[in-house]
Amino acid sequence: MTSTMTFDPSAFDPAPAIATTTTTVPTTPPASPGATADAAVARILAATVRPAPGAPRGVVVDSPPGAGKSTLVVKAAKELVGAGERLMIVAQTNSQVDDLVARLAEKGPELSIGRLHASDSRPSPEALRHANVTPSDKVGALLEHDVVISTAAKWQWVKAEAPWRHAIVDEAYQMRSDALLAVARLFERALFVGDPGQLDPFTVVGTDQWAGLSYDPSSSAVVTLLAHNPEIEPHRLPVSWRLPASAAPLISSAFYPYAPFRSGTGPGERRLTASAASDGSAFDKAIDEAAEHGWALLELPARHTVRTDPQAVAAVASTVGRLLERGLTAHSEQGTAPLTPGRIAVGTAHRDQAAAVRAALAGLGVPVDPAAGPAVTVDTANRLQGREYDVTVVLHPLSGRPDATAFHLETGRLCVLASRHRHACIVVARAGIAEVLDEHPATEPVQLGVTVKFPDGWEANYRMLQHLEEHRVRL
Amino acid sequence: MSLLSTLARLEAVRSGRAEPLATVRHRHLSERPMVVVPLAAAGESGAPLAVLLGTDRSAPRLHIVPQPLNRTQRFDFLARVAADLLPYLESFGGEVEQIEGSTTDPATGEKTQVLRELCADAPQLIVPNGSSVRHLALLGRSTRFRRTAEDADPGPYPAPTRVPLLGRWLTHLTERAQVPGSSLLLPMTALLARHWATGQSHLEDQHLAAQLAWHFPRPGLTGTETALLAETERDAQGRLTHPPAGPVTDPRFDELLLAPAITRHDAALAALAALQEGPAHAEHPDHAARVEQARLQADEASEQLHTVLSQALLPTWEDVWRGLDLLYALPPAAHLGERWESDRWSYTGHRDRLAAGEPPQPKQDDAVTAARKLAQREREQARLDVQEALDDPLAMAEHRLAGEAFAGTVVEVTPDYDTSGRSPKPRPLVTVRTADRPHADPGREVHRAGGSPRPEAGGGPSAQKAVIVESDPAGGTVTVRLLSGMGRKKEPEPGSLPEPGDRIVFTLFELTPRQSAPLPEPDDTPWTHGGPPGAADHSLTAAEEWE
Repeated sequence: MTSTMTFDPSAFDPAPAIATTTTTVPTTPPASPGATADAAVARILAATVRPAPGAPRGVVVDSPPGAGKSTLVVKAAKELVGAGERLMIVAQTNSQVDDLVARLAEKGPELSIGRLHASDSRPSPEALRHANVTPSDKVGALLEHDVVISTAAKWQWVKAEAPWRHAIVDEAYQMRSDALLAVARLFERALFVGDPGQLDPFTVVGTDQWAGLSYDPSSSAVVTLLAHNPEIEPHRLPVSWRLPASAAPLISSAFYPYAPFRSGTGPGERRLTASAASDGSAFDKAIDEAAEHGWALLELPARHTVRTDPQAVAAVASTVGRLLERGLTAHSEQGTAPLTPGRIAVGTAHRDQAAAVRAALAGLGVPVDPAAGPAVTVDTANRLQGREYDVTVVLHPLSGRPDATAFHLETGRLCVLASRHRHACIVVARAGIAEVLDEHPATEPVQLGVTVKFPDGWEANYRMLQHLEEHRVRL
Repeated sequence: MSLLSTLARLEAVRSGRAEPLATVRHRHLSERPMVVVPLAAAGESGAPLAVLLGTDRSAPRLHIVPQPLNRTQRFDFLARVAADLLPYLESFGGEVEQIEGSTTDPATGEKTQVLRELCADAPQLIVPNGSSVRHLALLGRSTRFRRTAEDADPGPYPAPTRVPLLGRWLTHLTERAQVPGSSLLLPMTALLARHWATGQSHLEDQHLAAQLAWHFPRPGLTGTETALLAETERDAQGRLTHPPAGPVTDPRFDELLLAPAITRHDAALAALAALQEGPAHAEHPDHAARVEQARLQADEASEQLHTVLSQALLPTWEDVWRGLDLLYALPPAAHLGERWESDRWSYTGHRDRLAAGEPPQPKQDDAVTAARKLAQREREQARLDVQEALDDPLAMAEHRLAGEAFAGTVVEVTPDYDTSGRSPKPRPLVTVRTADRPHADPGREVHRAGGSPRPEAGGGPSAQKAVIVESDPAGGTVTVRLLSGMGRKKEPEPGSLPEPGDRIVFTLFELTPRQSAPLPEPDDTPWTHGGPPGAADHSLTAAEEWE
């Protein structure tokens, strides 16, 4: 937010001032979510496909959770190919690439798509199901395709013989600056799409010596890009189609205070109904609370526990079990559908927690193995990024902890966990998180030249907790 | 903190002594390490006060800055340290071995054989703690760009000739210390903490004497009590019996002993200077005697200052050597030689850059160099984790507890073949009885720790991959299908298969770290990262103020 003081002639001449006000103030009533989003997408596509002469080489799009980022990528790809361009797409993980390939192939049957993969890994069968997708581990075999998609890690190994003119970088905020450094030679212009509120890229080694440098290799690719290309103004997608009306305002104010967004649906447009009545247990109460309000906090008694807190894990599993047993139905603008295991996800902070929940669910007979049919997804925040479900059950990152470390306070972790759902989110936690937060103010050193992230994890955690406590069910 | 190290800490609390975290020594220790104990002056970041150094435990050498605010004295001090330290650092550059390698001609892609020099050994600096490493890095940064009398334009304050060279060495060593598993410059607190757990926090472990207290509890006292004494016990004069290991000093020491000694020394020098320079007094009949008297007093004040500082440094000096004794008693890990060779390459590379007359390391890395260094550190971290796990059952136990590995006894080996190709390939099934609970989903790739031995092949072990076929946590067995490391014939090479009764370890992580992807040359830095480092950046290296 910078404000500049410049000489303004209109201040001395009332006539032009009136003229400009009448042209800039919108006279129409606030547009519908659909119209607002369409206008934003149209501006982004124009900047990408038909850049003005002298326009910056990069277009950056900040997208809140579920704001149609993937749809935008598909549209941009189709328009670029339609304009006679060949195109490379960079995503961050193999599953992201596979998802994107499947979506592109489905929405753009006229596109020929090359899926570049590593020699020791195979793309998922889902991505290769379509006739217009060709897999290869050699880029030379794919050069003639309209679109070539791969991970940033694989693109780094591609020798630049025929650089593409255009690239789309998906999940760009999760890409590390050093990965962009290695692939940027492959393209002339690029569209960077990502969610600034999600988890930042990370490394396990010390990087303090580069903190504050505009090209800190461990920072996000977009941060570096914007630091070196200040003329790029990020576009924003203003509407979240995923988050329900109960979640969008909270997520927007807690995690995106400077880039507010709204939900695509209004209050009451999404409903969850149960065919079996509540048995009066805390799990059922939490499910009913979440069905009605979109949020529930299932609170266990305060206690310091090991990471894989057996009681909390059991509570998560029982909640998921009851969600399935009670035969829930999800009603939304997309129609009415039963809540099947495939539409439920459990999010945790650590992998061992996910493993413990998976084991507990398997013990209850809930399917958790995707290879054996529709299954409940149980994974860490890092791996749930970009995914969408009807109902999520979240094991709170600070549950049972005696301390709040930077890892557990990271804004993005909570944001990912709390923004994967279309209908409702049930958070399972030990009591006492507010006290842990009070005892552990953020103590990360302030580095010169590094933009302070606001809201910090501490603030965001408090904001979320405050809201969740209105929907508390004690176990 | 892993489960196992938490457990070790709890055990240390209970037993009152340090508990082992490793069965072998995971860092290379030189036969002739140089121990360096620096002190910094309070008030100014990175201002040196004194250093105690040497390769002989019984003969430490002390260098001090009598007045830490005087920059001329500071650079005299650095010149003395350079004269003391550089011969040690340079002494390893002479003896080399020739290593065969190949280079690829970028134009034709042709490979040519080249012989490259690799120094047979390298220097090793041991400092008390991590802050000492940062202090040396600051010294390196503040000295490596200094101009000397030998420069074409020496500027108004030329530094002593060898000081910038010292700065470049310190910069190289402290940079290298950032690489996981490197051993050119090691802080003793981190070395001890890697091998033993104490019953106190990581923060408290930063105090070398407090950490050593858990190894040498006083008779009748526990580690906690001895550590508390190490942190707080003072003698009759108010001095800590175990002063902080530096580089910061104890404020009460500064106030009660150091400041008076510095003031006395300053006054004595001022008196001497007044006598020598004052023309009015030169005619005094006793002039020569009075100068002599003042000189004696200045010497005495200097002597006192040396004594005060050496008393502050000696306990830490002794502590570092006691730590070395503990570490020398551990058997070296199997992969130390391999990692030390990387250190030797690093040393040789720096020696060559100095010899080639290259400029000092830049103040800040450019985008490509920073990314390369990060990639190197991540690669080395992965290599270190794997090698420590292979070298040390306690390190492997951490992975087993985390479900990232499993160890057990082979109960059954069933021959099986892959007949999809032209000739059948061996794909035997191996069933392992284990109490571990790996995250072993069927289809997951696993790696045999240590690989397949294949002694008759003459070489070392070859990598052996397998894939999980079945895992039965209730029955305590895991069945895997071996995929490689069995030779090229239809039947597996003798000795390449485990046999029933063998103890075997499989890991779910790869045992050879992946190569890092190539990065562009700095001159090809792309537009996203500001383009090639150009003239604009040179303004950053503008001259620093001297006084």
